[in-house]
Amino acid sequence: MNSSFLRFSSITKKIWMAFLGLFLMIFLVVHLGINLCLLRSDGGAWFTAAAHFMGTNYIVKVFEIGLFAGFIIHIMLGIILQVQNWMARPVRYMVSNKTYTPFLSKYMIYTGGIVLIFLIIHFINFYFIKMGWVSNVHTSAEGEPNFYVIAQELFAQPVYSILYILFFIVLGFHLNQAFQAAWQTLGVNHPQYNTCIQRFGTFYAIIVPLGFIIVPVYFLLIR
Amino acid sequence: MKLTLKIWRQKDAKSAGKFVTYALDNISPNCSFLEMLDILNEQLIEKNDDPVVFDHDCREGICGMCSLYINGRPHGPDDAVTACQLHMRKFHDGDTIVIEPWRARPFPVIRDLMVDRSAFDKIIQEGGYVSVNTGGAAEANNILVGKENSELAMDAAACIGCGACVAACKNGSAMLFVSAKVSQFALLPQGQVEAKQRVKKMVRMMDELGFGNCTNTYACEAECPKLISRSNIARMNREFLCAKVS
Repeated sequence: MNSSFLRFSSITKKIWMAFLGLFLMIFLVVHLGINLCLLRSDGGAWFTAAAHFMGTNYIVKVFEIGLFAGFIIHIMLGIILQVQNWMARPVRYMVSNKTYTPFLSKYMIYTGGIVLIFLIIHFINFYFIKMGWVSNVHTSAEGEPNFYVIAQELFAQPVYSILYILFFIVLGFHLNQAFQAAWQTLGVNHPQYNTCIQRFGTFYAIIVPLGFIIVPVYFLLIR
Repeated sequence: MKLTLKIWRQKDAKSAGKFVTYALDNISPNCSFLEMLDILNEQLIEKNDDPVVFDHDCREGICGMCSLYINGRPHGPDDAVTACQLHMRKFHDGDTIVIEPWRARPFPVIRDLMVDRSAFDKIIQEGGYVSVNTGGAAEANNILVGKENSELAMDAAACIGCGACVAACKNGSAMLFVSAKVSQFALLPQGQVEAKQRVKKMVRMMDELGFGNCTNTYACEAECPKLISRSNIARMNREFLCAKVS
């Protein structure tokens, strides 16, 4: 508990958590845009071009550092806050709490943990190949990994696709609570805007995961 | 009404506690919850047993001394009331009622259902006040206060510091209590003078005492007997952020 990271106040840690969470939500939309390129019947031309741009553009590379830092700090803060929360009640109640709370709001650490497992699998399947840490048989004429073929092969596996869909449903529940919670943590709570924030959060939490889910459904059922 | 009570009994802060079951008969539905415990205690005293120790004072819902976790809810199954204002008609004949003390690291059990909530006093000592010089009272209209802010400040000041927010929160967080105390001053011009120091010091003390972090489940708001709003937590976050960056 002596680390300077832990010495930040509870509210400082939460504000960073909220800010980085919102930043990651913006990134998710960019990622969705690239994934939806997989749906085009162009032999992966758009998807490959987008992947090439994301892998080579210097501005994107700078953002990539921020993105990784964002992920790591968001996850670390989530774990630290949760451990402190567990420590705050060393003796549990015999009767579990019956208070009404928004759906799954009590289980953010668990939905977050499931999303983290997916992220690790996703990194092994794509980012590790991009970095050359994992061997890959699918390469383009220029010697770059052919992510279109890799994605196609993964989504052709029903087990992978079903797990992928389940992970995004869990992410949807995580985001539904996270969006309004982030604004509350950042101090934005006003009767005039609360409903709007709540509805946009739910809209985002449905539409964005649904956009990701369409891709494996397309590869499993249509192609 | 015939009831079975499962009550946490603990001799002192250092002893291990356990649940003890008591059968109670002929309880009027018009009894308050604390009166029902009084009846139990009279029977225990007649049998030369130790009465159940529980905190209570005004029994009018305004002192904040009640601290009973009843069947999984702080202050029991009724909304917006303290345990002393809870009536037995909210239960059914033959019910089993489990009564536990508040559970949180900063609220150690002193005996049975009584917990030490002096952690809240320590937070208040860090800034839950306005410093004024003694002397003749100034003309009230010298400092004008907007109607909306005076109402919001009054709503925040309704917090009785019972600790139900901490008891209900899955994280044992005191954010609703601290934010109500920060808000009642932050909303008024008299509170502005010490506002930055107040929020920083009160939050630091809250953290040092070992309360958990808010994860926005709003169980605190749902169980608050005085209906303190979560908007106070957002206000405290704003106050804290502004105090840190300015």
